[in-house]
Amino acid sequence: MNPDFIYKVLPLYKDAAVLTLQVGFIGIFLSVLIGLVCSLIRYYKVPFLTGAVAVYIEISRNTPLIIQLFFFYYGLPKIGFKMNAFVCGAVGLGFLGGSYMAEAFRSGLEAIAKVQIESACSLGLSGLQTMRYIIFPQAFALSFPAFMANVIFLLKETSVFSAISLMDLMFTAKDLIGIYSKTAESLFLLVVFYLIILLPVSLLGSYVERRLGRHGFGS
Amino acid sequence: MDLGLEVLFKGRNLIRLLGGLGMALKISLIAVLISIPLGILMGSFMTVKNRVVTLILRFYLEFIRIMPQLVLLFLVFFGTTRAFGLNVSGEAASIFVFALWGTAEMGDLVRGALQGIAAHQYESAYALGMTKAQTYFYIVFPQTVRRLIPLSINLITRMIKTTSLIVMIGVVEVLKVAQQIIEANRTASPNAAFGVYLFVLLMYFAACFPISRLAGYLEKKWR
Amino acid sequence: MTEEILKLEHVSKKFHDLTVLEDLNLSVKRGEVIVVVGTSGCGKSTLLRCINGLEKLQAGRIIFEGENIDYDKNLSRLRQKIGMVFQSYELFPHKTVLENITLAPLVVQKRDKKEVVREAKELLKKMGLEQKADSYPRELSGGQKQRAAIARALCMHPDVLLFDEVTAALDPEMVHEVLEVILNLANQGRTMLIVTHEMQFARAVADRILFLEDGRILEEGSPEEFFEHPKTERAKQFLQKFQYEKRKSLVTT
Repeated sequence: MNPDFIYKVLPLYKDAAVLTLQVGFIGIFLSVLIGLVCSLIRYYKVPFLTGAVAVYIEISRNTPLIIQLFFFYYGLPKIGFKMNAFVCGAVGLGFLGGSYMAEAFRSGLEAIAKVQIESACSLGLSGLQTMRYIIFPQAFALSFPAFMANVIFLLKETSVFSAISLMDLMFTAKDLIGIYSKTAESLFLLVVFYLIILLPVSLLGSYVERRLGRHGFGS
Repeated sequence: MDLGLEVLFKGRNLIRLLGGLGMALKISLIAVLISIPLGILMGSFMTVKNRVVTLILRFYLEFIRIMPQLVLLFLVFFGTTRAFGLNVSGEAASIFVFALWGTAEMGDLVRGALQGIAAHQYESAYALGMTKAQTYFYIVFPQTVRRLIPLSINLITRMIKTTSLIVMIGVVEVLKVAQQIIEANRTASPNAAFGVYLFVLLMYFAACFPISRLAGYLEKKWR
Repeated sequence: MTEEILKLEHVSKKFHDLTVLEDLNLSVKRGEVIVVVGTSGCGKSTLLRCINGLEKLQAGRIIFEGENIDYDKNLSRLRQKIGMVFQSYELFPHKTVLENITLAPLVVQKRDKKEVVREAKELLKKMGLEQKADSYPRELSGGQKQRAAIARALCMHPDVLLFDEVTAALDPEMVHEVLEVILNLANQGRTMLIVTHEMQFARAVADRILFLEDGRILEEGSPEEFFEHPKTERAKQFLQKFQYEKRKSLVTT
């Protein structure tokens, strides 16, 4: 290992990590939006849309992100949808993550017993009030562990972005290996930076899961 | 509009693409076949009450599961070829990495399934006079298997999706073949990228969808 | 007794092919306590759920304080006047006991927060739960949960209370504390419809007993009439079964 080399290329990794995180967070934000909309459509069984959502979820879950990205980045421009790599990465992650988030939220929604909703109704709460005060807070807590698992999963999936030539961590590592042949240093930094990104989220996830699992609400 | 679909039916293109998918499926299948027995062993060892054993396994599992699979691929592929001067083929490196990853995932599933069996299941078996071995054989094992089969089938689809990454270390599989076809037909059909990548997407879907359906069906049936 | 508060006219309810309530007529006067008994599956709970608009009727109508209960139109407003307590308590697990009680008065009735909190605390005190105001439902025993659920219904100032087998999920030693609360409410002159399997309690609390069988009112009368001189063969059998179970429970405990 050559400390001078590590020191020299550190800024490159830092920039790459920032880019990865930017695309990652926008993508996760899109996933949450898509997931919310889809889970509500499925929960309320909105005619026609429910079928469309089911098709989307199956396609999104049963194909790899890298292929989705290739299709979005190289295929779609041929029929007139052009995106730059940054936007495409975020959209691709949103497309993949939307279905995972939708399933997480839906299982949270469905875990709430029907009689809870009836008891809110019997107190005179309207449909929207029941949603806001009774269903949403409980569904959120119930789906939180799955939500955190999805966030980690999606952050890991960002490693594929280099396939559409986003200058992310993988891209940087591969580049440095190619140019300088400093394999050990490049790979070491790659692992360290992914740990910096993923470890806190993973620890937070297991902490929250333990708390929710053991104690439920309160305390 | 030219969707570039005609390229698919030119020459042996369709067969080449299917062959590329075959490569990915072959690697996933081998990796799964290695992962399942190793994962069962690992998961069983994780329920052992030996601090050192569980700590080591825990570390292995956490490291493998927190790292993106592509990083693991890079570590093994570039790490061995460049750092140690070994000439590992991309294919061998992929099988090794995916078996490593699959074992960790499977191990965690097995651990979860074993620990998910309620204490009174053991107690009621003991209360009926069963020995420890009988309890495991008649009570614990069948319940664990029922829980595990749908999850292991799911692992297969995850493995297939993950193998799409091997293009990044230069293994010739679907995406590589697709790139070659698009490149070769650049002038004749400039829109080939749309049709070919759409087809690749649908090919993966056709491979994964039935398997995840089966897993979902079994999970519901055995709940 | 005076004014009529609730009236069911030719009410019929079906689940697919299964008729649960058939051409049921009932008139409830203000201040009256009606206990509905019958074998399980006779439609007792469905009757309460229909009154609260939780089930759509296939035929007939329910008139509450002179107004037709309309599934689409005035349901929320009428439900505020009809309190319901469920067998499984159904406190909201993500809210404290106090928040459970104040939620609907605040967001549905838009009442003043100070006043609502004060009233909720008073109710909790009456229920012997003043120390539990800031606890979460899972920290309460079954009996405490059910008393909190009753307080939640009362805080809406309902004109009618519906109790759906509220002691059925409780341990025997907690049944008493909940029944005590309901007896007190009866003595205050509240209008109530109670579905229960506790025959001693039914006898003590009821002004009128309804015996339901296959979705129809088979027998109707004062507790004395019903328990001492049941008119129909079905009611006799039903009461005998309870006699037997009472004796059985004496043997086992």
